[in-house]
Amino acid sequence: MGRKEDNIKRAQALMTKPQQIRNIGTAAHIDHGKTTFSDNLIAGAGMMSEDLAGKQLMLDYDEQEQARGITINAANASMVHMYKGREYLVNLIDTPGHVDFGGDVTRAMRAIDGVFILSCAVEGVMPQTETVIRQAIREKVRPILFINKVDRLINELKVTPEQMQQRLAGIITEVNAKILKLLPDDLKAKWALNVEAGTVAFGSAYHNWAISVPYMKRSGITFKDIYEYCAKGDQKTLAKRAPIHEVILDIVIEHMPNPLDAQKLRVPQIWKGDLESPAGKGMITCDPNGPVAMMVTKIIVDPHAGEVAIGRLFSGKVARGMDLAISGMPNRNRVQQVALAVGADRISVEEIDAGNIVAIVGLKDAIAGSTVSSDQAMEPFEKMVHYSEPVVTVAIEAKHMKDLPKLVEVLRTVAKADPSIQVEINQETGEHLMSGMGELHLEITQYRIIHEHGVEIKASQPIVVYRERVEQKGGPFEGKSPNKHNKFYFEAVPLEDAIVKAILEGEIQSGGKIKDAKALAKKLQELGMDRDEAKGVVVIQDTNMLIDTTKGIQYLHETMELVVDSFKEAMNKGPLADEKCMGMKMLIIDAKLHEDSIHRGPAQIIPAVRLSIYGSMCQGKRALMEPKQKVFINCPQDLMGDAMREMQQRRAVIEDIQQEGENANILCKAPVAEMFGFASAIRSATQGRALWSTENAGFEKLPKELSMKVVAEIRTRKGLKPEPYDEAYYSA
Amino acid sequence: MAELVFVGLGLGPGSLPHGALDAIKACDMIFLERYTAPVPDDEISRLSKLTGRAIEELDRTAVEKGDAIIDVAKKGRAALLVPGDPMAATTHLSLRMRAAAESISVRIIHASSVFSAIPGILGLQHYKFGRTITVPFHREGFAPTSPYESLVKNTEAGQHTLALLDIDAEKGRYMTSREGIEALMTMEKKVGGDLLARGALCCIVARAGHGDCAIRAGPVQEMLRFDAGEPPHSLVFPAALHFLEAEALVAFAGAPKEILKGK
Ligand SMILES: Nc1nc2c(ncn2[C@@H]2O[C@H](COP(=O)(O)OP(=O)(O)OP(=O)(O)O)[C@@H](O)[C@H]2O)c(=O)[nH]1
Ligand SMILES: [Mg+2]
Repeated sequence: MGRKEDNIKRAQALMTKPQQIRNIGTAAHIDHGKTTFSDNLIAGAGMMSEDLAGKQLMLDYDEQEQARGITINAANASMVHMYKGREYLVNLIDTPGHVDFGGDVTRAMRAIDGVFILSCAVEGVMPQTETVIRQAIREKVRPILFINKVDRLINELKVTPEQMQQRLAGIITEVNAKILKLLPDDLKAKWALNVEAGTVAFGSAYHNWAISVPYMKRSGITFKDIYEYCAKGDQKTLAKRAPIHEVILDIVIEHMPNPLDAQKLRVPQIWKGDLESPAGKGMITCDPNGPVAMMVTKIIVDPHAGEVAIGRLFSGKVARGMDLAISGMPNRNRVQQVALAVGADRISVEEIDAGNIVAIVGLKDAIAGSTVSSDQAMEPFEKMVHYSEPVVTVAIEAKHMKDLPKLVEVLRTVAKADPSIQVEINQETGEHLMSGMGELHLEITQYRIIHEHGVEIKASQPIVVYRERVEQKGGPFEGKSPNKHNKFYFEAVPLEDAIVKAILEGEIQSGGKIKDAKALAKKLQELGMDRDEAKGVVVIQDTNMLIDTTKGIQYLHETMELVVDSFKEAMNKGPLADEKCMGMKMLIIDAKLHEDSIHRGPAQIIPAVRLSIYGSMCQGKRALMEPKQKVFINCPQDLMGDAMREMQQRRAVIEDIQQEGENANILCKAPVAEMFGFASAIRSATQGRALWSTENAGFEKLPKELSMKVVAEIRTRKGLKPEPYDEAYYSA
Repeated sequence: MAELVFVGLGLGPGSLPHGALDAIKACDMIFLERYTAPVPDDEISRLSKLTGRAIEELDRTAVEKGDAIIDVAKKGRAALLVPGDPMAATTHLSLRMRAAAESISVRIIHASSVFSAIPGILGLQHYKFGRTITVPFHREGFAPTSPYESLVKNTEAGQHTLALLDIDAEKGRYMTSREGIEALMTMEKKVGGDLLARGALCCIVARAGHGDCAIRAGPVQEMLRFDAGEPPHSLVFPAALHFLEAEALVAFAGAPKEILKGK
């Protein structure tokens, strides 16, 4: 038996021993070395050939990933590690760093209990680093820092040993501060980074070595040794003395929580059902004999097996042939295969116990985010909020008539497998809209539709997704029902920025019923909302809030459902260009309602509310908002001018320029609409010598001159008259 | 000459007031609405023949917008034919206000209405009625309970309640007495009342003003099973009865004799 096969056998034996299991992941800014790091752990643990590790990228097995050299899909692998005479099973998820695929990071966090936050020693802490720390802590996943690419510090930046130490200390302090800021009080002492205790490590994933302070003590390796090995080009010896998988997997076993401890902490955070119920108890104690409770975090479309659901099993045991219920779906699905995932391979097993990350074939109704249970009535897990929204759209149609029905089916499958893709099917015209997180995201998805699903398509140029908002308070504006017997008075106000942010970051739940109105009111007041307003929140949709400030208006309560419906419609189709609204606070100031309910049915109330909302938004000065991006460029100093010129053509604002050695770092902010085609433009402008990355930076107001033009374009595209209606129109 | 004439068609075919005909004939355009109460197609063609003029039907949206009517009235004379009494249902007040605002003179030709006819048919005294309620069809997001609450309030104050039943003009659906009673019972459950559950007295009036008008009175649970035939239907929930009223209900509407006791 080969080493790999032997390891698989040992892994299976450990799946029933939760003390000996760790579920972990990697997360970081793009290109900081997550996949190289993960590959080397897997190779070191004997799950792949060591020579290939870091070069072949077992976890970037997808054709597009290999072609582009980036991770697109979160990928799983299981491995076995021996620590102090005992064997442990480590289930690892390697996540993508490109912002377009950030949704996968959010979802992977649900499956794991500990995460390595990687930071490149040269580039340092990036905004994306902070984002992934926030994602981890929101899910109560323990963050541990790995500073990667230390070899580049020495070989490229040519720092001195002192500078190297300073640099590392600086990154540790910065990351630690970010972690502490976000940690709840009871975890601050426990989860703060601690160099002495070994919850920080550094090294070179590419050259296969890593080190921590405890390991330095144990092995006698000093900073000076490390510096010298790197400087004289003998990292091979260093990799023998401090092999990355040994050092890192020791940290995993020692410091990452096992499923028993982790679930006690995490289940109350991610599941709001009754903790005393069978499912609640089963999950808190990670009980293999409890009801099945699993959260699906990823759907992979396998060319042979079809859709494979990957997720975390928190309670119970899953075996082939079981019929499991999927939240929100009427019929149970039968489990056809249960497996452990190692890169592109699945290792079929008879059954898997609570506390593991599992791959299941047969759950055809599941999507990422589904709760899977043996109990049809189980309360679903909390939603996984990914706070970047799709910002780019393309229109897609089938090239050949015969593919029309197939394309619809493929688009549905694509949207199911990737929750960050939104599709709007239009059966009548056959022209469907597909929105995603960025140009790359859509490009790759289109590639897959053509090459993996075999449907030839025509796609439009990408266009950005706009939002509507107001600049200031508007209203109260009177909206009359068609029969003139009912009147609503709304005020349209920009929602406080701090509150918008809290909604985007998932601290305030948007959509669905308000679960705890008191707690919400308290939170809103802390964030600066007026007390009476905070107590009157009726519903939150996206980042828009409907608030009732009235008191004792007769019949308003039995009309409110219609008001809510109309509010939602209006927020989905703003008055300016029929685009979604954002950051709106719509206040009901007054309402006059007919006594007889027959005169205030849906046909009366819905238009009255809409007119009042649109009219008050006109008075509040409507604004079209466009998505913006932060762009980070790192290039040799002599090319700085070319890079800046490229940005300035794109309505970009240069926010910061730093020079470091022979390199310059440029930070700017640019509209997504202007960034199409940037990848090839910057490549030719700098002969491919610029490194760059982007991060979504939310929506900002479009400049006035442009706004009129864009509004007319959008309206014309939608078959509306080019100019939006004015205030007078809504009061007629 | 700018004039708008509201013309009541009264209850049922053939009840157009005599003097109305001349007024209608003098108009440049004749409009008609039938979303507040049914008007059969052959009644429209009969009116058309009588007046020698085409009659243009307007749906709710068109009447509520009012532009079509106002445009004609501004330049000449327009008539709007309305089932029942034109100003009895509050709906047309806003059109009248708008006409006034545009200096169009308004004339109203009254006709019989359910509000006076129904108490009369049942032998109940008109001044003893409280607030009229309307029972709406259930619509998405719209399930009011205030009609039931008004019924309870009326009854507690010793006032009879006239319950009009909803019309879905687009689908040509008229609420039946059974659907009306069921809807009120649903509201009662929702607010936790017991007026109907305790067997309140309920009267059904079907096709008031028509030749085949039918009435029936009894405990509400029995009335639930009563098939009143073709629409329109209305309901009445009497409160404390004067002895004459009770006698009338027994004599005309087949109410159980027990209601005579203690009067
Ligand atoms: N010099 C040096 N290069 C490294 C090191 N680790 C990774 N790299 C290189 O950095 C590049 C990116 O590595 P990946 O492992 O793909 O990075 P990643 O974080 O997985 O990237 P995404 O998943 O696309 O965000 C590759 O060219 C690696 O060879 C390191 O320790 N030293
Ligand atoms: Mg990667």
